[in-house]
Amino acid sequence: MYSQGLIGADGRTEETPEFLARFQKRIDAEEKIEPKDEMPEGYRRTLIRQIGQHAHSEIVGMLPEGNWITRAPSLRRKAALLAKVQDEGGHGLYLYSAAETLGVSREEMTEELLSGKAKYSSIFNYPTLSWADMGTIGWLVDGAAIMNQIPLCRCSFGPYARAMIRVCKEESFHQRQGYEIVMTLAQGTPEQKAMAQDSLNRWWWPSLMMFGPHDADSQHSDQSMAWKIKRFTNDELRQKFIDATVPQAEYLGLTIPDPDLKWNEDKGGYDHGPIDWDEFWRVVKGHGPMAKDRIKARKKAWDDGAWVREAALAHAEKRRARKIAAE
Amino acid sequence: MAVWEALLELADDHLVLGHRISEWCGHAPMLEEDLAMPNMGLDLIGTARTLYDHAGKLEGKGRSEDDLAYLRDEREYRNCLLVERPNEDFAHTMLRQFYFAAFMRPYWLAALNSTDETVRGVAGKAEKEMAYHIRHAGEWVIRLGDGTEESAARMRDAVEALHIYVDELFDSSDAARDAEAAGVLPVRADLRATWERTVSEVFAEALLEQPKAAYAQRGGRQGIHNETLGHLLAEMQVVHRAHPGARW
Repeated sequence: MYSQGLIGADGRTEETPEFLARFQKRIDAEEKIEPKDEMPEGYRRTLIRQIGQHAHSEIVGMLPEGNWITRAPSLRRKAALLAKVQDEGGHGLYLYSAAETLGVSREEMTEELLSGKAKYSSIFNYPTLSWADMGTIGWLVDGAAIMNQIPLCRCSFGPYARAMIRVCKEESFHQRQGYEIVMTLAQGTPEQKAMAQDSLNRWWWPSLMMFGPHDADSQHSDQSMAWKIKRFTNDELRQKFIDATVPQAEYLGLTIPDPDLKWNEDKGGYDHGPIDWDEFWRVVKGHGPMAKDRIKARKKAWDDGAWVREAALAHAEKRRARKIAAE
Repeated sequence: MAVWEALLELADDHLVLGHRISEWCGHAPMLEEDLAMPNMGLDLIGTARTLYDHAGKLEGKGRSEDDLAYLRDEREYRNCLLVERPNEDFAHTMLRQFYFAAFMRPYWLAALNSTDETVRGVAGKAEKEMAYHIRHAGEWVIRLGDGTEESAARMRDAVEALHIYVDELFDSSDAARDAEAAGVLPVRADLRATWERTVSEVFAEALLEQPKAAYAQRGGRQGIHNETLGHLLAEMQVVHRAHPGARW
C-alpha cells in the first residue's frame, strides 16, 4: 500500500533538447520504457525515488498490521491478516526488484530507509490501537492506495507498471477484506460498533492526506505528469476516493468525522472540510506518533539478522569452493 | 479417552507453532524470510483450524474452532512443549520448525491411511506442506551450522536448548493411544527411525551433533507447560475474551 505523496522528487535533467524530445515522443506514443532503454537522468532518478518509497512503504506497512497478528480475535481473521501482511512483503519484494532494474541495489535502498534518508508513506507512522484498525486500514488506506495505483498500471516505466498490475489485484482483495471486517464490527455489539467508529475517526484524515498536498502546493507533479509516471493530480484522486468512500460509510451506519462534508450537486462530488496541513507536514518530516518506533523496529530486524545473512553468504562461498575443488 | 481429544492435541501443536512463527512477521533477517515464515505459519494455522473444527464436531457439544482456540486456558492446552518454546533467535526458530516438520511429515504420510475421512484429507495437504518445511528449515540448519563461527555457535546452542523436548513428540497420551487403536491416527513411537534419519542427514551436512538428552522434558499433553505458554495465550485470546459472544 502506498499513496502518491511522492516526497522530494527532483525531475531536473541535463540532456540535450533533441534527446529529451525523442524521449518525450516515445512517452506521448504510450510506448513503455524498459530498463535498458535510454532515458533522462531525471526520469531515472524520479522513478528510483518513487519505486523505492513505494517499496519502503510496503515494508514499513507490515508493522502496524503485524502488530495485531498475534491478537486477531478469530482463527479465520488471524490467517487472513497473516496472509495480508505477507502480501505486503511480497509487494515490497517486486518493487525493490523493479527499482533494481534502474541500477540501484536493494541493500542501498534498505540503508537509505534505515538512515532516514529515504521516505515512506506517512500513514504508517500512526499507531494501530484496536482490532478495528485492521478493518479500517484495509478499507481506507488500501482503498486510497488503489486509487493511486490503478493509474500506475499504465505508468510509462514497464517494470513498475507490470508490478502494479499484480499489486492492484491483491490490494483490491485487501480493501474488500478490510471493509468486511468493519462491516462485521458495525453490525456487531455496541462495543464493536464504537470500536469501528473510533477507528474511522482516527484514520479518515490521515487517509485523505495520503494523496499528498493540494495541486497548487505540489512541486513535482508537472514533470511526473509529462513523463506519464503520474496520470492524475493529487486533488483529482482525493476527490475520487472521497466520492467512493462516503456511501460505503453510510451503508455501514458510520459517521465520517467531517462536519463540513456535503454533496455538491454542481460538481457531482462531495465537498470536504479543511485538511490539517500542519499535521501532514509534521508527519512527513518524521514527527509522526510512531515514526521513531517504526524505523527502530526495521533497524532492529536488520541488525539482529546480520549474522544470518553473513552465514548464508559464508555457506554459499564454502559450497562454491568445494564444488571447484571437486572438479 | 476420546478421539476428539487426540485431535485437539494435534490442533494445539499446530496453532501454537503457527502463532510462534507468525511472531516474526515484519521482523525477519531478510525480506525472503518475511514471506517464508508467514507461509509456514499459514500452513500450520490452516491445519489447526480443520482439526479444531473436526474435534469440536466429534465432541458433540457445539464447540467451534474459535471456542476451542480462544476459550481454553493453559492447563487445558495439550500441545507438546517443543512448539511453545520462544523464538529466541533465527537458529532456534528454524531448528524448532525442522524438528517438528521432520516428525509431522511421516506422521501425515502414515495418516493417509486413517479410518477417518477428515484426517485423511488433512494428511493429504499437510504432508506436502511438511515436506516443504523440512526443506526450508533444514536448509537453514545447514547454512547456519556450516556458515560462520557465530552462526555455528548459535545453531549448537539451539540444539542444546531444544533436544530435551524431542522425546515428547513420540509419546502417545491415553487419548492418542485410543485414536491409534481405532486406526484414526498413526502410532507416534513408530516414527522415531524416520525422524532420526531426516535429522541425522541434515545434521551431517550442518556439522552438528545430536546430543543424547540426559533427561527429556515432558508434560504438554497433561497441560503441564512451561511458563511461556500462558503469555502466548493471554496475547492470542485477549480481544476474543474481552467481548464474550461477539462475532468477528
